[in-house]
Amino acid sequence: MEKEHNTHLIPYGTYVLVWISLVSLTVLTVTMAGVDFGRIALFLALLIAAVKSTLVINYFMHIKFDDAIFRVFLFVALATLASIFILTSTDIFFR
Amino acid sequence: MGSATLIEKAENYLEYKAHKGIFAWLLSTDHKRIGLLYLIAMISFLWVGITLGFIMKLEMLTPDKTIVDAQTYNALFTLHGVIMIFLFIIPGIPAIFGNFFLPIQIGARDVAFPRLNLFSWYLYITGGLFAIASLFLQGGPIDTGWTFYVPYSIRTTTNVILPLLGAFILGFSSILTGLNFITTVHRLRAPGMTFFRLPLFVWALYATAWIQVVATPVVGITILLVVIERVLHIGIFDPALGGDPLLFQHLFWIYSHPAVYIMILPAMGVVSEIIPTFARRTIFGYKVIAFSSLAIALIGYFVWAHHMFTSGMSDTARMVFSLLTFLVAVPSGVKVFNWVATLYKGSIELRAPLIYVMMFIFLFSIGGLTGLVLGSLATDIHVTDTYFVVAHFHYVMFGGTAIILFAALHYWFPKMFGKMYNEKLAIAATPFIFVGFNLLYFTMFILGYLGMPRRYWSYLPEYQTLHIISTVGSWVLILGLIIMFANLIYALFKGKPAEANPWGGVTLEWTIPSPPPHENFDKIPNVTNGPYDFSHINETKDGKS
Repeated sequence: MEKEHNTHLIPYGTYVLVWISLVSLTVLTVTMAGVDFGRIALFLALLIAAVKSTLVINYFMHIKFDDAIFRVFLFVALATLASIFILTSTDIFFR
Repeated sequence: MGSATLIEKAENYLEYKAHKGIFAWLLSTDHKRIGLLYLIAMISFLWVGITLGFIMKLEMLTPDKTIVDAQTYNALFTLHGVIMIFLFIIPGIPAIFGNFFLPIQIGARDVAFPRLNLFSWYLYITGGLFAIASLFLQGGPIDTGWTFYVPYSIRTTTNVILPLLGAFILGFSSILTGLNFITTVHRLRAPGMTFFRLPLFVWALYATAWIQVVATPVVGITILLVVIERVLHIGIFDPALGGDPLLFQHLFWIYSHPAVYIMILPAMGVVSEIIPTFARRTIFGYKVIAFSSLAIALIGYFVWAHHMFTSGMSDTARMVFSLLTFLVAVPSGVKVFNWVATLYKGSIELRAPLIYVMMFIFLFSIGGLTGLVLGSLATDIHVTDTYFVVAHFHYVMFGGTAIILFAALHYWFPKMFGKMYNEKLAIAATPFIFVGFNLLYFTMFILGYLGMPRRYWSYLPEYQTLHIISTVGSWVLILGLIIMFANLIYALFKGKPAEANPWGGVTLEWTIPSPPPHENFDKIPNVTNGPYDFSHINETKDGKS
């Protein structure tokens, strides 16, 4: 039905760059854990994690180069997760 | 629908054997054989669940001990719940009829990942064995209720970890089946089979598969957290260790409420198949029914906390979730009205599958409407954790899903086994099931309204009359089920051969022989029109008369 899988080749250099970025961001997360950022500490940690997962999803999981339908699938999963967080917060933050 | 070729002489899937003896079943990757493997396993678990329910109802004949003690009763209602929910009704229709008919209805030879499909069945059996093994090991059967609520599930000395791991493994089976179905629908549709030419059963399975894939991992993680909490005492859920027991309830229901739609959506899909066939007309509002399946799947994610209205959640959350709960009634109502509109002025043929469907519409409507009582914050406080909830749940799940599983069994039996059952006996069983069901469960609505708490082993003497009526109802219901299954089992061995299309159906499964050939189609059909076009059949019928 839909067209066959894309066979996009990513150069090794890109993989190495992504890997270095991931390691650097991990070092940043660990370093930041030692600094008192107060209430925004969690938000910052989650932000770095989000950037890291975006890199993994796009490059290691090839979503960047795949059919649009896979991005739709991913969006559905992430939107569901976001909705679950938001709805749970109506309990957690209003108790 | 389309131009599938009849291949009367091709070897049917029951005769085709890739392996010898029992391995022809245990190693088969044929979606139809795997569907039958699930059928056998699930009907077996169903009867175990029925037996446990029968003993529970017998115990309720008198206010104090009748046949079992209180601790055994706790184990009985837990196991009845675990077996019926996790081993029968969640996997039920998709695993049996989805496996068997989804590929055929879209014009494919098998599912996208046949080996993964067989692996899912093995996971299902392994999960079931874990749950059953817990009965016989030291510590005794689990007594937490099927919801495994903390902190009790962390503190009880009964066998909790084994059935929890069983549910975890069953979750993987469910995820893999869902993944297989989504891929199959996207990749293996026959030429011309666009999304809006898909039978509504396929639409329902597709929506269900998404819930299986997206929601099930949540319960998997939750189960592991309970195991970790029990073993390592970390303090995730246990308030004594600084944990939050409501967090467990949130996580549990984030899966388990969408799971209710895993149970009911495929049943709704079956209804959308049976009604056009026996009303001899196209379904009313095809696209709206298709989209209502997606809408139910979507909204079903956002209503989980209506199970927690009295558990100490914030008032804001209670109001938000109550509002969202009412929204689910809209797509559900759309379906019911469209089914009734399809029957209106149809050329109705009252055969056994349609009688089960009509029973479903009646019972499911009662289940749905009493859900509104539970969804309203004020009335929920009066009836929550009473027999009212038990009645509501059984009207929706038994009156909804299980009754439609029986309808599907009758509707597709000739296709699956190539044999016809005794129609009169099939119809004769239905009044027993209907009357028994209502005696058994409607009395529970009244008992709950009067204040009878659920899961109690003893009760006040003034409730006894209604309990007796309910118990007698369980006997009538079981009698009906025995007649129904005996008729089908007899037909398996002695039934007359079935035609390719005994009901005059128009979806693709009716264009191939009964039972279907090993790879379904000699030549993949080219689909040229929608799934419920009866114009050709009606013209032929008029021509004859």
